[in-house]
Amino acid sequence: MTSLLTLPTSTRRLVGIKGIPQIIGLGLVLLIDWLVSPQFFTLRMQDGRLFGSLIDVLNRGAPVTLLSLGMVLVIATGGIDLSVGAVIAIAGATAATLINAGLPVVVVVALALAAGVACGLWNGLLVSLMRIQPIVATLTLMVAGRGVAQLITEGRIITFVDPHLAAIAGGSFLGLPMPVVIIIGMLAITLLLVRATALGLLIEAVGINRRSSAYAGVNTQMIIMLVYVWAGLCAAVAGVVLTADIKAADANNAGLWMELDAILAVVIGGTSLLGGRFSVVMAVLGALIIQAMNTGILLSGFKPELNLIVKSVVVLIILFVQSPALKGIYLHARSRRIVS
Amino acid sequence: MAETAPKGGALLEIRGLVKRFPGVLALDGVDFTLRAGEVHALLGENGAGKSTLIKILTGVYWRDGGVIRLGGVDITPRDVADAQRLQIGAVFQEVNLLPNLSVAENLFLGRQPVRYGLVDNRKMRQRAAEILSGYGLQEIDPAAALGSYSVAIQQVIAIARAVDLSAKVLILDEPTASLDHQEVEMLFQVMRDLKGRGIGIIFITHFLDQVYAVSDRITVLRNGQLVGERIAAELPRLDLVAMMLGRALVTEGAGVSRDRPIGTGAPVVGFKGYGKSRYLAPFDLEVHAGEVVGMVGLLGSGRTETAKMVFGLERAESGSAAVDGQQVHLRSPRDAVRLGFGYCPEDRKNEGIIGELSVRENIILALQARRGWLRPLSFREQEAIAQAFIKRLDIRTPDADRPVQFLSGGNQQKVLLARWLATEPRFLILDEPTRGIDVGAHAEIIRLIDHLCAEGLAMLVISSELEEIVAYSHRVLVMRDHRQVGTLTGAEVTVDGIMATIAASA
Repeated sequence: MTSLLTLPTSTRRLVGIKGIPQIIGLGLVLLIDWLVSPQFFTLRMQDGRLFGSLIDVLNRGAPVTLLSLGMVLVIATGGIDLSVGAVIAIAGATAATLINAGLPVVVVVALALAAGVACGLWNGLLVSLMRIQPIVATLTLMVAGRGVAQLITEGRIITFVDPHLAAIAGGSFLGLPMPVVIIIGMLAITLLLVRATALGLLIEAVGINRRSSAYAGVNTQMIIMLVYVWAGLCAAVAGVVLTADIKAADANNAGLWMELDAILAVVIGGTSLLGGRFSVVMAVLGALIIQAMNTGILLSGFKPELNLIVKSVVVLIILFVQSPALKGIYLHARSRRIVS
Repeated sequence: MAETAPKGGALLEIRGLVKRFPGVLALDGVDFTLRAGEVHALLGENGAGKSTLIKILTGVYWRDGGVIRLGGVDITPRDVADAQRLQIGAVFQEVNLLPNLSVAENLFLGRQPVRYGLVDNRKMRQRAAEILSGYGLQEIDPAAALGSYSVAIQQVIAIARAVDLSAKVLILDEPTASLDHQEVEMLFQVMRDLKGRGIGIIFITHFLDQVYAVSDRITVLRNGQLVGERIAAELPRLDLVAMMLGRALVTEGAGVSRDRPIGTGAPVVGFKGYGKSRYLAPFDLEVHAGEVVGMVGLLGSGRTETAKMVFGLERAESGSAAVDGQQVHLRSPRDAVRLGFGYCPEDRKNEGIIGELSVRENIILALQARRGWLRPLSFREQEAIAQAFIKRLDIRTPDADRPVQFLSGGNQQKVLLARWLATEPRFLILDEPTRGIDVGAHAEIIRLIDHLCAEGLAMLVISSELEEIVAYSHRVLVMRDHRQVGTLTGAEVTVDGIMATIAASA
């Protein structure tokens, strides 16, 4: 009986400290960054735009951060989207090709985003209506999507010179680089989408128990469709930013393996791969942790190869802190203390 | 328990078996005796403790108390392999062999005959053929993949494997559930042959005809307790049903008054010839405002199937549905919810609650789903609804934010009821609303059903608790073999009347 009585308070406490591991993790990574590069936190204003390593982290981390905004919702429904890296390539190829065709930048961006939405619809269709396992369904687009992108670019790296499109990554707004502004904007929209409506609750319900949710009258297919569409849209935004940044579309390499970083960001953010409760803000924090590590290793002068190993070690530590086994030990210790 | 058989005949003796799960006493001092060379049917409804007993025998669970004696020696099966070593074999409804391996490989998996350190396929096939011919399966090719044969053949091969592992005790857990008539007969022949070889067989099934066709003895469990052991030939079917469903010594007290005028005007819901082939025979169902229609039948008789069709979880292939006299289409639960239906499923955990969500979120879920995601209930509205129902249904929870999975079964059931009441339904389907909940909550739920009915709600209530059904139902529908076989109204609604209808031979 004690376990029944004490467990909920303990869980509430665990919920209460939710986010603490991530914040400590980010703090530690930034601290190490500062140790290897003392000018890490130095910010300077130049041509009405902020510069510095910290801004760099946000700038470089923009694509993965944007991906994580969509990925966190997909994972919350118990799914996964492996195709977002390929969608980046498709959206980039679309944008670069169309801007060279002389279309206005607004139309170009709109069509590139539409391409992402179409990819999301395709994934959503396979997962929600056809009931194909998400990992397999999105794997097909992960592979085929790169082919599609290569068809769009005809196998070449397409460069462009349009200053308006380039400004999406190179420009600034109120001193902040555009990618940072876009992150903030997309984060705000995503939060509004899930928390100002009932979507967040329904996503969590579907992720925890799809069957019970359907029995309660929840339109599970529509919810699942929506999250994949949102993941596609976020990936397309990331694709446009990435393409604008390098002023070229490389169908082979744009967004390559980025879906894995996005999944990692979501997991570091404390959302279970089994679905259920999720936090958009924590997923963004997870993406920033990953990028802060990348930047730190580059600044430290270590070989970039080391990056991968350091990254996995840090990820392991964060996952260990969150692991159910550790929580079990903690709860066990607590309940024993109460009994005795 | 008066022992009729001589002591020496006992092959497996279980005395005072106890198994506890958190909050539940799954087995409460159960005795069971299996004699060599008999088929002993182990019967009981869901939650009676049959599968717990089997799982203890096969080493899946460890017992908390009691004695298990096999051939006079105390045993404690530690795992399935250990149970096999102790000569207890089991075959389950879903054949747990490997369909992609050959018949012979399945028979000898883990103990293949070896020659020069390699599997001796020739010898294995030869021996497999010998074993199979002992079961009248000469035509089976031991080299063919197991999956290429019918479930019945696979079932027999599974039995052959268990017996060849030198089983003295053979447990058959619902082996006939997916077999057709002829296949069942074949299986019974195998069972009779094994019996002749002195093997004791524990036979679990839900089909009473099969119990009488093949069993020598019958043991009935109910709510984790032994109801009794009888010789099959001396136990009338009606008595068996009474043993399985149980009946209180006290006759029902304050029930609903069945004289209340009901049925004025169109029924709230009306189904005509509603059916789906291979699922449920076409049925008629009418429920009026303020009426409780009870539905009874043994496990697997089609009760839950009826509920699922009525709630749109299974699409009908024939017949029509009407709400307030208007024709409607029920293609999904969402259609049903929009029409003002609610459904509290039998499997609360997997089909009802959303465990990790809070009590508040679970209560407002159906209402929110009906409004759509673009029209969210504000936190204040959610809290108001949740608090109102926590108070009205007396849901015991420290606050509305507690994850519903931490509540007791009875309170979870109340949360589910609240979920539907929040949508202000006109028709509520309750499938085993009192299963697995404690006595206090039990009484409260029954009072609630009475109360809701008085408020004019139309209800379809499925239950195995006959006293309960009799207490609150105006009409009782009896199901058997996926078919409605009787309707009891007015003075016919008694425990005896229901049992007689269930037991009546088809």
